[in-house]
Amino acid sequence: MSILVKNGHIVDPANSIDEVKDILIEGAQISKVASNLAASAETVIDAKGKIVIPGLVDMHVHLREPGRENKETVASGTRAALKGGVTSVLAMPNTEPAIDCEELVESLKNIIKDTAHNNVYICAAITKGRLGQELVEIGKVKKNGVIAISDDGASVDNDVLFLKALKQVKREDLLVICHCEDKALSGQGVVNLGLTSTRLGLRGISKKSEYKRIERDIKLAESVGAKIHIAHVSCAESVELIAKAKRKGVRVSAETAPHYFALSEEAVWGFDTNKKMNPPLRSKDDVLAIKEGLKSGAIDAIASDHAPHTQNEKDIEFDRAEFGVTGLETTLSVTITELVDNGVLSWPQAITKLALKPAQILGINKGQLSKGSDADIVVVDPQKEWIATKESLVSKSKNSAFLNRRLKGVVEYVICAGAIAYKA
Amino acid sequence: MKAITWEKKDLLGLEDLSKEEIELILSTAESFKEVSTRDIKKVPALRGKTVLNLFYEPSTRTRVSFEVAAKRLSADVINIAVESSSVKKGETLVDTGRNIQALKADIVVVRHGSSGAPAMLAQHLDISVVNAGDGWHEHPTQALLDIFTLKEKIGHIEGLKVAIVGDIAHSRVARSNIWGLTKLGAKVTVCAPALIIPPAMEELGVVVTNNIDEAIEEADAVNVLRMQFERDSETAFPNHLAYFKEFGITEERLKKAKKDIIVMHPGPINRGIEISSEVADGPSSVILEQVTNGIAVRMAVLFLVAQGQEIKK
Repeated sequence: MSILVKNGHIVDPANSIDEVKDILIEGAQISKVASNLAASAETVIDAKGKIVIPGLVDMHVHLREPGRENKETVASGTRAALKGGVTSVLAMPNTEPAIDCEELVESLKNIIKDTAHNNVYICAAITKGRLGQELVEIGKVKKNGVIAISDDGASVDNDVLFLKALKQVKREDLLVICHCEDKALSGQGVVNLGLTSTRLGLRGISKKSEYKRIERDIKLAESVGAKIHIAHVSCAESVELIAKAKRKGVRVSAETAPHYFALSEEAVWGFDTNKKMNPPLRSKDDVLAIKEGLKSGAIDAIASDHAPHTQNEKDIEFDRAEFGVTGLETTLSVTITELVDNGVLSWPQAITKLALKPAQILGINKGQLSKGSDADIVVVDPQKEWIATKESLVSKSKNSAFLNRRLKGVVEYVICAGAIAYKA
Repeated sequence: MKAITWEKKDLLGLEDLSKEEIELILSTAESFKEVSTRDIKKVPALRGKTVLNLFYEPSTRTRVSFEVAAKRLSADVINIAVESSSVKKGETLVDTGRNIQALKADIVVVRHGSSGAPAMLAQHLDISVVNAGDGWHEHPTQALLDIFTLKEKIGHIEGLKVAIVGDIAHSRVARSNIWGLTKLGAKVTVCAPALIIPPAMEELGVVVTNNIDEAIEEADAVNVLRMQFERDSETAFPNHLAYFKEFGITEERLKKAKKDIIVMHPGPINRGIEISSEVADGPSSVILEQVTNGIAVRMAVLFLVAQGQEIKK
């Protein structure tokens, strides 16, 4: 099997390529990247006028399997991922049951092997049942192929236990992904504390509940030299703390999600439960700070925090509705619309955040178009517009924060492991 | 004044209304007020229409006021009280709403503990939804009757100084009053113990203070809210007596205010906590007139949303 992608504008930050070139794929690997390749191939894709990028690496995805297959499955989530140009995902462990032991990792691996449409990597829990009481056997799950651990959805409140986890993680050279939230501060909150909570008469979630926990996690990680990654950064103070830690040489990386740079808290004012997520949408100043953080490098990655929920869990009273929005299908378009088109990031910078950096943080050989690397390639029409609707989204769940919004950038082809996995 | 017609099928809050729309409700209420003084207290404006009161929180005064208002408009009224405990296990609010719509009710008046619940219901239904109080968010008809009463007493709203005193954070009455009064050009001061003033309050266009004497010093009217001691233990005032001493509206305190200050209260009043009996029963108080005006205002709202629904069709 061979595929030739011709005449596309290649954006491959790993190799500093930002120009028109051809790519030849033979088998599952990229065999050549050059101008005017005089090669023949079984399939030729003319990508003239299109952007050709490495498949996106989304390091924060809730595939919901096992346990909540009514929201999403490995099959449906990875199909949605392909439509969004995402060829590798990190599956978060807050399933039912939580992925907290070798047996569950093994059974998830089997589901992935049988049903996934792209590359799915596994993140295991830090504590048993994600309850913050007892550590998962970190060495064992790593041997099973887990590449990160996280209690995502919760933070490990107990300092001593978290420190113990960090020490083991350091020894195993694994990554901890931190959901930074002090529940004692965020309490029963559902929207940003401030004008929005006051205006809507809803309980607020302070920024402090986020950045105070980031401060603690950075301090503990620094003390043992462990590698941590801060999930879903939403506010200015957090960006500042992460930038400061990086300057000090702490091994910390961070991600934000498209809704934190594309939407501010005003979007919640109509009580739309598809704008309810945790952390909540913050102020316009925070949105600016997130963009600045992406620009400066304080924030390394853009990840969707794809959190599918059924219609029944969203079409209820705002304070009772589930937190979270889907994102696999919109991350790339929202990034193009909000960041690239507005000059916040260049194409190479955007692809760095969406593919290269997350791959590097996770230590996987993805996010690049180097010769010999896995042929995970996406062809995007950067000018074409589309509107995300419940009908057009292929994820099992339709709780997107960008429904009915005009977005720029349509994925035309996705090549995964050398085969065409998606075609618009 | 430019003549406008009412085109909304719902009344969800005063935040969504223009100055003109609020004025239209007030002037409509004015003409309905007379109905309640007749021997036969009834007009056929909503004859053949069905108004359904759907209350997820216990309420006597608001529910009864809506019921009386609907009946004086000749509508048929059905009351449904839903125990809040059944919200979690029972059918969803939207499903309940769809059932009500299937019964061919024309207007559903909803009281709900969750902020935004009426807005969600309105999105899913073609029939009219009237917010009778949602969480801490809005209680538009209460604010409308407060404003109606003020206007009746003083003649205008523009330029008035109104103090709202009490548990602002948890008060839908406060929020609706703030939107309504500021849109009509009044100057609003809110006053509460520092700990329970919600953040960014000033951005709603009000002055914030925790000094009660300062708040009422130049006020034309003071709207006294219930103090809800039971809600958030971490923010509550130490006790009733301490609150009364520092924030209670007493004759002593009113001596330092304008002579003809108007004292309002959405009820039910807690004598000796946020207001003294002497003030509640005294010449400044318009508390019972508010109750009477509530009927006229709710008649106006039911009448207008029914009209808005026709236009939408």
